Amino acid sequence: MSENLYTFAVTRLRSKELELLNGPFIDQLIGCKTHEDCRRLLGEKGWGKPEESDEEVLRAQRQKTWELMGELVDDLSVFDVFLYPADYHNLKTAIKMVCTGASAEGVFVESGSIPREVIVQAVEEHDYSPLPEEMRQAAEKAFRVLLHTHDGQLCDILLDRAALCATLKAGKASGNELIAGYAERTVAAADIKTAVRCAGMKKKKSFVQDALAPCDSLDVSALADAAIKGIDAICEYLQYTPYADAIEQLRESPSAFERWCDNLIIREIRPQLHNPFTIGPLCAYILARENEIKTVRIILAGKRNGLSEEFLRERAREMYV
Amino acid sequence: MSSLGIAFALLGAALAALLAGIGSAIGVGMAGEAAAGAITEEPGRFGKVLILQLLPGTQGIYGLLIAFITLTQIGIMGGSAEMSLAKGLLYFCACLPMGFVGLWSAIRQARASVASIGMFCKRPETFGKAIILPAMVETYAILALLISILSIFGIGGLNI
Repeated sequence: MSENLYTFAVTRLRSKELELLNGPFIDQLIGCKTHEDCRRLLGEKGWGKPEESDEEVLRAQRQKTWELMGELVDDLSVFDVFLYPADYHNLKTAIKMVCTGASAEGVFVESGSIPREVIVQAVEEHDYSPLPEEMRQAAEKAFRVLLHTHDGQLCDILLDRAALCATLKAGKASGNELIAGYAERTVAAADIKTAVRCAGMKKKKSFVQDALAPCDSLDVSALADAAIKGIDAICEYLQYTPYADAIEQLRESPSAFERWCDNLIIREIRPQLHNPFTIGPLCAYILARENEIKTVRIILAGKRNGLSEEFLRERAREMYV
Repeated sequence: MSSLGIAFALLGAALAALLAGIGSAIGVGMAGEAAAGAITEEPGRFGKVLILQLLPGTQGIYGLLIAFITLTQIGIMGGSAEMSLAKGLLYFCACLPMGFVGLWSAIRQARASVASIGMFCKRPETFGKAIILPAMVETYAILALLISILSIFGIGGLNI
């Protein structure tokens, strides 16, 4: 019984949650005059040393989260749903690297569930058996498409859709409401973003349909119909979905919509702060850490490029605590 | 028939100790996991979280007490172990409140203890409140204990 309750892990996380960055700290960070001031403030919170680069600091924070999860959970595959985007990103990079012969050093990410070497080797040798079954089919198809058509966008669409389908499937298979909800929101948000981009580029319906991944909260066929008509039709369709509140942000800009989606997920996971059992609080902690890493990255990049406080405040995400 | 009476009385005593003991074992184990999580991050919390861990352990003691009183009353611990079937069934029924309420309340109290340990980790100043919340569940274990004790002593005076 207690194995499914994650009693030890959740109580340990309750102490760790005290170290998460909160709203007032983010305000303070945005209010810093220079990039160096930001780094100093982050340094006081244990976020890296001055000699480290921003990316090194953020990478170390992500690694810290996964090291903690490794201590708390015997089998990290329960968190695969959060790692699939990184796996498919690496697969995309490996396919393009092998097909074009270009170097992709620095493009790979380390936070996936499959080591990048395994992915690269599978693509190089055209032996996809070391990859998960769903990834195998997508990799084979995407490689063939890129080799024959040299259409990188088509290859991206195939793999992005496969990543979303895998995320949704893993979410449903988890049997956990929070993971399933996260997967559903992720897929729906990606579909809406894709539909808006396709509307902007005036893509054909068949292209839009191929790009959209099915999910429960959206009718992708109706969304594809709306996408070929334009942004107004998409907004009109969304009025009758759980994403009606996002219409204003969607009209504003893609980044405003992305922020709305991230904030929605944070609001949905916030009740986990008071849940003493199950894997829910662990997943919420991972998402909260990813959210704060994303926000800190935006602020640091903004400070480095001299962007205004107002600009950064509009882009900073809501914090979990 | 007289041997069946003592068998039922003994079964009742065994159930009181067994069910309440199982509940407490599950409860203390569950709260212990949470306590270990709390101590891993802050070893200084040991003394306080130990109290919260032990709260679901009382049901096992109550079960033991009921079993002990029953064994004394029915003569297993000394004296005559002869009794009618009716009396044996009455002892059996008298032990049930402690057995079932002990089992269930220990598990529920453990869940409350785990939540309280989490609360204490986040806000150490709330320790007093953190103890009171799971302690409320204890009320029902004590009520069951009282009913079982009163019944067992009452049955002893019956002439059936």
